[in-house]
Amino acid sequence: MTPRSSTSASSSARSGSNGRSAVNVHEYQAKELFRAYGVAVPHGRLATTPAEAEAAARELGAPVVVVKAQVHAGGRGKAGGVKLARSAAEAKQAASEILGMTLVSHQTGPEGKLVRKVYVEAGCDIARELYLALLLDRAEEKLAIIASTEGGMEIEEVAARTPEKILTLHLDPNGGLHAFHARRVAAALGLGGDAVERLERFLAGLHRLYVERDASLVEINPLVVTKQGELLALDGKLNFDDNALYRQPEIRELRDPEEEDPRERAAKEIDLAYVGLDGDIGCMVNGAGLAMATLDMIQVCGGRPANFLDAGGGADKEKVKEAFKLILRDEKVRGILVNIFGGIVRCDLIAEGVVAAAQELAVRVPLVVRLQGTNAAEGREILARSGLDITPADTLREAGERIVAAVRREAR
Amino acid sequence: MAILCDRSTKLIVQGLGRMGQFHARLSRDYGTQVVGGVHPGKGGQAIDGLPVFETVAEAVAATGADASVIFVPPPGAADAILEAADAGIRLAVCITEGIPVLDMARARAELRGSRMRLVGPNCPGVVTPAQCRIGIMPAQITRPGPVGVVSRSGTLTYEAVDQLSRLGIGQSTCLGIGGDPVIGTTFVDALALFEADPETRAVVLIGEIGGSAEETAAAFVKAKMTKPVVAFIAGQNAPPGKRMGHAGAIIAGGKGRAADKIAALEAAGVPVARSPAEIGETLAKHAAATGTALNGGSR
Repeated sequence: MTPRSSTSASSSARSGSNGRSAVNVHEYQAKELFRAYGVAVPHGRLATTPAEAEAAARELGAPVVVVKAQVHAGGRGKAGGVKLARSAAEAKQAASEILGMTLVSHQTGPEGKLVRKVYVEAGCDIARELYLALLLDRAEEKLAIIASTEGGMEIEEVAARTPEKILTLHLDPNGGLHAFHARRVAAALGLGGDAVERLERFLAGLHRLYVERDASLVEINPLVVTKQGELLALDGKLNFDDNALYRQPEIRELRDPEEEDPRERAAKEIDLAYVGLDGDIGCMVNGAGLAMATLDMIQVCGGRPANFLDAGGGADKEKVKEAFKLILRDEKVRGILVNIFGGIVRCDLIAEGVVAAAQELAVRVPLVVRLQGTNAAEGREILARSGLDITPADTLREAGERIVAAVRREAR
Repeated sequence: MAILCDRSTKLIVQGLGRMGQFHARLSRDYGTQVVGGVHPGKGGQAIDGLPVFETVAEAVAATGADASVIFVPPPGAADAILEAADAGIRLAVCITEGIPVLDMARARAELRGSRMRLVGPNCPGVVTPAQCRIGIMPAQITRPGPVGVVSRSGTLTYEAVDQLSRLGIGQSTCLGIGGDPVIGTTFVDALALFEADPETRAVVLIGEIGGSAEETAAAFVKAKMTKPVVAFIAGQNAPPGKRMGHAGAIIAGGKGRAADKIAALEAAGVPVARSPAEIGETLAKHAAATGTALNGGSR
């Protein structure tokens, strides 16, 4: 299963805005959308202070409420980000413990995530926990419903251990969801009687949400059957296709910049594809494949890359400068490798950008530049004439070896 | 011969914006028969000497075009692909990046049973050296010869082609299949075409993290290919859960890792270059080991 799909909200062909993660939303936002599409969820309220959490618990009026940290990461329960409360006062106490904490789970990385909001939700009497998801199956090029009786566990784990407990149904992307799909899912989940009809409504809502909102993943884990026989989406994850954001203004608004890596957010604003890594060699490359290969090259040469950066097909002088600024924001950077294979991109323009950036930003770390393809000779000439301390490289191998050697020299 | 396109290919350009016009000119300069353009609202004009039509059907009727390159922006790109198929185009190459994945899944479902082959989207195009250039590749780095190149990437394709050309190894056809999750022509499709092409004697496959296309390709090589294949997989050290530029380049739920792809390819007898600087050398060595002659393939 690859529960994720597309990226990039560029408005014209190959405008270069090509690297970013799919839009994630918070649990409370996902649940609002579920509710809007007729998918049953427990009652809940958002709170940003302990007092708000107390008021929320009182309004919900349930014997038990659950106070949940709202961060873009799984594993919140084990990390202490989910607490039960049996009164409004307890909810206030729980919220005061969770708000402001740095939540560290297997999905947040060691630096963790600061909790700024909690969701206060009415507890329910759980009879069974199931799993239900809708996603795009890349290999089949179809939507897939994934259902399992093993709710509350990570589906990858279930797939590895007990694949027979997972039902996968493919839907024609031009067709709809049919009644038999719901009957098959109900049978696989061991649901009978009235529950079949409830499941049918539930699935129809999820499918409509997925298609109308350009989702790339709708995952309900667990899907709960209550002791009263109701079906409820107890925890939900929703991802959206970045490429479709141009026609989903409301989804675009749901984005939470606080949850994104500040460097990646800055990159997005200037339309560059950037992923922060933990090494010390900054990279600027044109094209995603060559950018990945450049990271591989650095590793093969014994170095460690500080970032992935695809400057895109439209890279020019201004963009190169912005890219340099972004790379240099990372204090770990001890050297920079520029690797450009000019197809659409002209190497002479890149060279002008590198020279301007090196001068204006007073770059002090070693700089290795490899220019190949369109106008490469002119580009190399510009670098040589600049009088700056720029090490040229002809091939990919040379580029990797020279930057790794330069960074090592500096470290001594 | 080569695959997909040659000097007899008649190409039209859908979407004559700045990029469409620029690359139409480069393709024509390379010797490609660029016979017209399609741009709703500009029908009847001539841009850069190219007759422009309102619809693909009119362009095909007037010019006898059998191939189309699509530069239409994302909101209209899937429609442009389906229009090309409807008008009887044989090969459509979609360069557009950023098409919503649901649009592509729907278009692919509609194209089932169609006689049109789609390459892309989000791809650099196809070049048959010294004959035909469709898309945005810098064709001057290619040279005619016996090696087929197929890749999910753009600039990394240029890198691989450049390495081959510098070693004096020419190419039959170079093809970028695109970095999106849903694409028209897969590795397996391209491998089958190269296997059937008498002028192709060996194949270089450039994959990357995400999805399972390389694993599927490995199974195909093992079962069906008689010609030697070598590979490189980009993103050997990419962190899981991060999208590396391409929409499809993400390791998700433990799937799509480079290590698994490399293992699958090697188990299928495909040598995989560990260093991106050794793609050309890996091919040369494997050709020597398998007694495959790589010279004298040019036309």
